[in-house]
Amino acid sequence: MMARMATTANLHSMTLADVRDLLGADVLNGDDLSIKVEAVGAADLLSDVLALSKTGTLLLTGLVSPQVIRTAIVADLCGVVFVRGKKPGPDILSLARESKIPVLATPLKMFEAAGRLYRAISEST
Amino acid sequence: MYHVLGKDFSNAGKVSTSIKDTLKRLGVSPAVVRRVAIVSYEAEMNLVMYATRGEMSLSVSSDAVTLKVDDEGPGIPDVSLAMQEGWSTATPEMREMGFGAGMGLPNIKRNADEFEISSEVGRGTRLFVRVTQNMQGSP
Repeated sequence: MMARMATTANLHSMTLADVRDLLGADVLNGDDLSIKVEAVGAADLLSDVLALSKTGTLLLTGLVSPQVIRTAIVADLCGVVFVRGKKPGPDILSLARESKIPVLATPLKMFEAAGRLYRAISEST
Repeated sequence: MYHVLGKDFSNAGKVSTSIKDTLKRLGVSPAVVRRVAIVSYEAEMNLVMYATRGEMSLSVSSDAVTLKVDDEGPGIPDVSLAMQEGWSTATPEMREMGFGAGMGLPNIKRNADEFEISSEVGRGTRLFVRVTQNMQGSP
C-alpha cells in the first residue's frame, strides 16, 4: 500500500532522540541523536519523497530497500524510521553508516508512528 | 561520464549519490546540488527499470549544471503521456521498490530550468536537463 507523502509544519525543537523516545524505537545507525528534525513525512513511495520533502525531513516508511537510504542521501533527509517492526538488512545498514544517515526502527505501524509525532509537534507549537 | 546497467536494482542510485558528492566537492550550492541529485536519481531509476543500458554525463560551469542521459532501450511511444503525473508502465516489482508510480519524469521537469526529452521506440531515450546556478560571490 502506497501512502502519499505528508509533510508537517516546521518543527521548533524535535530531535532524533525525541523521536526515539516517542516511538519506542531502536537506533540502528547514528551516533548523534541531537540532530534536529526539521519536518516529518510518511511515505512508501520514494518519488513522492523526492517531490515533496525538504532538507532535514525525517522519513517514516514501511519500505525496506537500499533505495530508501539513497533517497535520504539525495534529498538531504535527517534520518529514516522503518515502521511495523521491519529490520533492514546488513547491506542497507552499511550503506547508512557509510553515508551517515541515521536509521531508527519502531514496532509501531505507520499510522500510529505518524500520529504520535504529529501530536508531539502539535502540543509543542 | 557514468555507466548504468538496466535491471541492476541493487546498485540503483549509486551513480546519483556519487554525482551529489562531486557537486558538493566542487562547491555548488546545497539547493542546486539537491535539485540535480533528485533529477539524476529519478533518471537513474528510469534507466535501471526500463533500459538495457545507458550513460549519464554531468557537466558543471559557473552558471549551470547540466545532466545528459542517453539510454539504449524500448523508448517511450508517447512522451507527452509519460510526462503526466501518475501515468506509468511499471511492473509490481518496480513499484515495490518505491518507484514506478508515474512521478519520475514530472519530478525531473519540476527540478529543471531547462528540460528536453526525445525518444525513439525500439532505440532509446535521451534526456537533457540544465539547472542554473550563480557561483559568483559564493566562497
